[in-house]
This record gives sequence, structure tokens and C-alpha cells, in this order.
Amino acid sequence: MASIGKIARRSFLIGSAAVVGGVAFGVYKVKTPYENPLEDELASGATTFNPWVVIDGDKITLIGSHGDKGQGVAHSQATLIAEELDLEFGQFETSFGQPDKAYWNTALADEGVPFPSTDDGFTAETMRGIMGGVVKLMGMQITGGSTTIPDSFDKLRRAGAIARETLKAAAAQKSGINTTALKTEAGHVILPDGTRLSYQELAPIAAALDPVTDVALRDPGQWRLIGKPTQRIDMVAKSTGTQTYGIDLDIPGQVHAAVKVNPRQGGAMKGYDASAATDMRGVSNVVEITGGVGVIADNTWRAIQAVNAIDFDWGEAPYPAEQDQHWEEIGKSFVDDRLDKKWRDDGDTDAALAADTPLNAEYRAPYVAHAPLEPLNATVLVEEDGVTVWAGHQIPRQLQVLVAQITGHEAEQVTFVNQFMGGSFGHRLEFDNIKQATEIANQMRGTPVKLTYSREEDFAHDYPRHIGMARGAGTVKDGKVEAIDLQVAMPSVIESQMGRAQMPVPGPDSQIVAGAWNNPYALPNYRMRGYRVPQLAPVSSWRSVGASANGFFFDSFLDELIHEAGADPMEERIRLMGHETSRKVLEAVAEMSSWGGALGPNKGRGVAFVESFGVPTAEVIEVTNTEDGIRIDKVWVAADVGTVVDPVNFENLVQGGVVFALGHAINSEITYADGMAEQANYWDAEGMRLHQCPEIFVKGLEHGAKVRGIGEPPVPPAAPALANAIFAATGRRIREMPFNKHIDFV
Amino acid sequence: MKLVVDGKSHDVDVEDDMPLLWVLRDELGIKGVKYGCGVAACGACTVHIDGVAVRSCQTAASDVDGEVTTINGLGQPDALHAVQEAWIEHQVAQCGYCQSGQIMQAASLLAETPNPSDDDIDEAMSGNLCRCGTYPRIRAAVKTAATKIQGA
Repeated sequence: MASIGKIARRSFLIGSAAVVGGVAFGVYKVKTPYENPLEDELASGATTFNPWVVIDGDKITLIGSHGDKGQGVAHSQATLIAEELDLEFGQFETSFGQPDKAYWNTALADEGVPFPSTDDGFTAETMRGIMGGVVKLMGMQITGGSTTIPDSFDKLRRAGAIARETLKAAAAQKSGINTTALKTEAGHVILPDGTRLSYQELAPIAAALDPVTDVALRDPGQWRLIGKPTQRIDMVAKSTGTQTYGIDLDIPGQVHAAVKVNPRQGGAMKGYDASAATDMRGVSNVVEITGGVGVIADNTWRAIQAVNAIDFDWGEAPYPAEQDQHWEEIGKSFVDDRLDKKWRDDGDTDAALAADTPLNAEYRAPYVAHAPLEPLNATVLVEEDGVTVWAGHQIPRQLQVLVAQITGHEAEQVTFVNQFMGGSFGHRLEFDNIKQATEIANQMRGTPVKLTYSREEDFAHDYPRHIGMARGAGTVKDGKVEAIDLQVAMPSVIESQMGRAQMPVPGPDSQIVAGAWNNPYALPNYRMRGYRVPQLAPVSSWRSVGASANGFFFDSFLDELIHEAGADPMEERIRLMGHETSRKVLEAVAEMSSWGGALGPNKGRGVAFVESFGVPTAEVIEVTNTEDGIRIDKVWVAADVGTVVDPVNFENLVQGGVVFALGHAINSEITYADGMAEQANYWDAEGMRLHQCPEIFVKGLEHGAKVRGIGEPPVPPAAPALANAIFAATGRRIREMPFNKHIDFV
Repeated sequence: MKLVVDGKSHDVDVEDDMPLLWVLRDELGIKGVKYGCGVAACGACTVHIDGVAVRSCQTAASDVDGEVTTINGLGQPDALHAVQEAWIEHQVAQCGYCQSGQIMQAASLLAETPNPSDDDIDEAMSGNLCRCGTYPRIRAAVKTAATKIQGA
């Protein structure tokens, strides 16, 4: 096997290609490693080319391969290219492109190594490099793990710079003026006499040139767009009802489908009687799919009405039918033969615990639904020579593989047209809707089939956030926290999710402990063990994944110990912090919130700090204990992402992450009875409503050396900060989400 | 049955109990109106009937007795309603899927209560769910829109 470096050099070359009426800049993927692969492959026609920038005719298109679930990456990916290419908003269109290995996610490896993100040591960095090579070889194109900005930050700026310099070379050829005398501005190359040559008129010349790849990226002091407030390119469409989502597609000739599969996830369908459905108006077909049936009708409502009229005989659930059984299984998993990994063992925790009477506490986090507001959907057309899928999805290349398995095509014959997504929170990493639409369309070849989930089907067939339990033991000494021993038991979300995706990940699951083992506190004694519970209900990544539960476990327990020590929650966290960038985050949130100042009657404040996805994030929450329950008044957030690409979107995503986390911490869970989720619609798992929303103040810090994403990191500290604030206001320590099982909220 | 939607008259032949939502989306192709829950729990389907916000998923098409206005009729990218202007200024949207309903609800609130208090905003807007959590910006945008409308 060739070394990773060699393959990488041969397989991925930045280049340019002629397209009709212009030029494209991007990446060549070379299938066979010739000595001079670019030219040989171009000559043989065996090369595929995956562009970042396409200039053809009168149009400039910037391609960002990461999907947009609302986090704004269609805008931010384009911003990174436009920064170096000297384009203004309004001068280009954007596209998600076609799935390809060339768009492999360079940042995905960071979370997969057994080193905390705050460890920049040689071994940690080396391991990240090796993991990056593996991800590259697998060509994993995933939108997730808050990696879009880390993956894109250098890559897309470089793509923009290469396009710019090559267009300047084209202008030099046309004008006879040296490139050093040329400038670029707003889609034009500017000659010394002020003559403006548009990129479009230079494109055909550029297509015949060797691309200029020896480019330097601009100094941050020169940035026009990065770090400046810009208006997201989707804002007008999303404020006028003109943004098209997957659910809005109207492919000529399409029929509408609704499905019902066994609400006991993964259970069989033993039988069904569709006679009541087939006679309903507009219904044209009832077809069997894996674990259930699909109904075809002439509109969405009729399809859903008809599928609900079918009588089903469902098989048993392949997991314990009752919620209590799930908790029992977790409770008995804190044993050696279920130890997944001891992730951290600083000091001598056993000795510290033996030296004093430890404080003990147990915490729980429930299953939680993703429930993005746009119900899952997919439109699929199966034809003899290929398949087309229109949907919003986060793992497009694996989507092609799984669709091809159903239809018998090659993955390369599956055209995937990614759509703007009405939220995801992890649900659009799953494939059920895609596979079901494909199974139906495969039985109706030549007809586009648009499958829309009812909200009830979306809830019944969500793969929720995994449940988990933590047991903490700890001691204090001389007014300081002395030891934390935290054990977490969870089913492995990675095993469940990536198993379904046919992308198994070997080794211990870092998500069982993420948010609990990696906080850069220099505690004298800090032990963290993760226990792998055998698979229960199937589960999936939920915004911030393991840290969404573990942040609550770890920081709540730390807060209990700080209280036991009689120390100030903020001062003790700052004192214990062993990582400079993280300490600044805590200091910033203390300053923003005027921590330590006098509070009004019945008020309390809590602070929490969690590092997730490489982003140290601290939050302070202020609550009032009213006669009707807890009111969340204010939240202050400080987070360090190295570089804030757009301060407006940054603030919006942080505020949204806090609202998302608090809403679920307050009132949402999925529970199983008779093998089925008991919650069927938003009435049952509501999240936060506007009247409950606190004021949220946000500060982005830029001390960190690496550029990080902000989609998930605001989530984990919110629940513990709220629980800590409730304790401060009421003296009641809440150790289980959702909190409304224990206390009322207004 | 006859429906007047965004100023245009339509003849539709549907079941009496088909919700207005699906008549708009699937029969008339007006896709700015969104399906989120089907049980009036999320507000994504909010439209106006004679200027008043209603949940179109819980309004049978046969019960509609006035002119329907959707987000697509409220304003367009080149002819924005004041509420839409405010939404763009504050960059409210993330995924944007709930925002049609949010904007229609806000426009209805401001038509009735031109200068709403915080409590008025809470009461009017709390039936509209935003899973992305854009509520701080929604609040600010409603206030800006109120100022715009009063200044107009």
C-alpha cells in the first residue's frame, strides 16, 4: 500500500478545467496514479473534476460541499472563497455540488483521536494527522461535528486565491502587463490605467492556462469579509417564503407518498389490511417497504390520510419494550466487563477518595428527539441508467451507496441534489427516509416519488439522543475541589448510528465520555471512565452528541463539589482551569455578567464550562424563583473559536444553541412503552417557546490557534448552568433532565 | 369550492375536510406556507384570513370564509412588507422553515396592536415554534417592524 502522502499527492490536484463558455477551478480526482497524473488523465479522459469555482458565460458559481441545515454554511463557505477571489455578494450563485471524494472532510479526524482538543502536543497532533489521512482515503464527505468551518477555512480560501491568480495571469496574457501590476476587485481584474476586465471575459483565456497554485493566503488585516458582519445570502428568501426546501420540490410527473413502518423501531410487519386505504380519493397504489408500507396518492395529505387508515399487525421491538428496563440495563452497566475505556486518570483518585468521605451523586439524561421543523422527506426517481435523489442530507456519498444497494445501480450512477434543510440537529445524518423513498420509487421506475413524513411518523422513527447515566464521587479539601471520579454509562451512539450507515467505527466510543473527560481542568485527582451499555433503542447523534449529556453530568457534579468546598463557583473554576484559552473564556463570561454583583430577591446564578468540538465555552445563567416556577432571565455566553467568520451568524447560532439546549433540558424526552415512543408531536416534546426565552448575550473570543465551528459548542454548558442557577436560587439540586420532572417553569 | 388567495381567485375541487394548508401547498402550489406538525402546535402553516392569523393545518378549506393571504402574498423579495424588512435587517432566520409562520403571526399582531408590549409579543408569538432558537431576533424584529409601520 502506498503511503498516505503519496496517494494524496497523486489523487488530489488543484487545477482548472475548461467548461462551456468559461473555466472551473477545483480539484482533480485521479483514478490511477500515473507519474504525471494531471496531464495523462486529462488526455485519457478518465479524470473527474470537482470544482469550487465555476465561471461560465455570465455566471459565477461558488461550490460549498457542506450541507446547510440552517447553520448558514452556504453563506460562510461562499464567504471564504469570495474573500480571496475578490467577489462581492450578489455577484455569484452558490451550489452544494455533487458528492465526491474530492470533498473529503479534513476536520473530521480531530474528534476521533483519544486526545483532548486542548492538547497540542506532538503525539496528539501526529494522531490527528494519521486520522486525517484515513478520513481522506475513505473520502468521507460529512456535514457534522461542527467541522464545516475548520474543514473549509484554508481549503476554500486557497481555492479562491488560485482562481484569482489564474484570472490575473489570463489578464496579463490579454493585456501584456505583468501580473504584479494587476489588482482584483469586485469580480474584475484592474489594469494600471483603471481598465476593468471582468472575470467572465477572462475565463476562456484562464481555461487554457496552467493554474497558478503557488499562492499565499491574505493576512487577516486585509480581510474584507471574514470577521465582518455580512448579510446571509439566504436571508431574503427565508423571509419571503421563497426559499425552496426538499419538502417543497415539485418534480414534473411526481407522485406523493406517505409511509408507515413498525413504530417499534426495527420490528417486523407481520401483516396489514389496506382495504380502507385503497378506496380513498386520490390513492393510486400501496406498496410494501422494509418493515411497513408506502401509499401513493395525488397529494401529500391524501397519502398521509390513507396510510393512517391501514390496519397493521406489528412485530415485537428488538429492544426492551418499557422505559424502566432501559434504565435498569444502564444502571447495571457500571461494571468492569462493560468498561469501554478509562479516558483520564490524573493524580491518585482512589487514594483521594479513601482519605475522606466522598460526596456521591447520580445523574440522568433521557432520550431526546431531533424533530427538525421540516419533516423528513425525499424525492427519488429511479430509471434504468441511473437514480436521482433530491433531499437534504449530511452524508451524501454514503447516501449514494445505500441507494445503489436498493436499486442495483453503481453508486456513481446516483445523482444527489442536496437541498436547503429545515433544521436537522442530527436527524438528517440518518437514511430511513431516503431508503424508503428509493424502495417505493424502485417499484415505480420512471416516476418521481416524493415521500413526506407526517410529524407523527417523524417522531415515531426518530433515532433519539442516547440516554445515559453518570455516577460521581468526589472530595474537597481546604476549601478546594480535591478529586472527581466520574463514571458514565451509555449505549454507544456511534455503534448504533454508524452501524445503520454501514460505516462501522472500531474502538472505544469517545462520545460516551465527550464533554466529561476532556475539560482542561488541572484537578489534583481526575478520573473518567466510560461504560458501554449494550444497544437499547436505536440512537443517533443529537446536536453536540455525547457532550449534550456529559457536559450536564460533569459540570453539575463539579458545581456540587465547589458548593461542598464553600468556594465561589466562578473563582474555583478559574482557579482549577489548566488551559489558558479556556481560562480567558471563563474570565470573559465573569466580566460580561458582572459575576459576584448583588442580585435581586429570589434570584440565583449558575455558571458552567464545557469544552466540545475544540471550543471552550462558558455560560452564566440567571433565574428567578417566582411563585409559578422558575423563570430564566438572562444568559451570558463566551466561546473561543479562534476566528469568528461572521459575527452576526455567530451570535445567532450561539443564541439558538442555548435556546435549543435549555428547551430540551426543561421539558423534552422520549420514553418507550410497549416498544414505541410515547411522544408523537410537539405537544409532547415541545422545547422552548418565545415567552420562555431569556435575553442572551454573546461574546466570541479569538485566542485559540485553530479555527473552530460554533454549531454545537453552545449546547452542552446550558443545561448545567441552568441547574446550577436553580440550585443557587432555590437550594434544590436537579440531577435529571428534563428538569420539569422536578420543578416547574413559567 | 372557491378560494381567494393572495388576491387571486381559484376554483378547487377537494374534500370538505382537506386542510387549507394542503390545498395551498399541493393543489395551488403555494409553497411558502409550511407543514410542521399538522395539529396547530408549531405555527409554521400560519396564514391570514381577512388579515387575521390562523393555522391553515387546522382550518378546513371548506370553512374558509374570507380572503387568504400567505407569506407569498404579504410581500415579495422586490416589494417587502415592513415585517419582512425587519426580519432581514435583524437576520432572524437560521434554517428559516418556521419564519413564514412567524412573519405572518407578527404581521397579524402588528395590524391589531401597532405598538405591542413585551407581554403582547410573548402572547402572540409563543404558538410559533422555532427549533433553531431564533427567538431573541424575532422579538427584536417585531419591535423594529412596529417602528417601521408606525413611521410609515
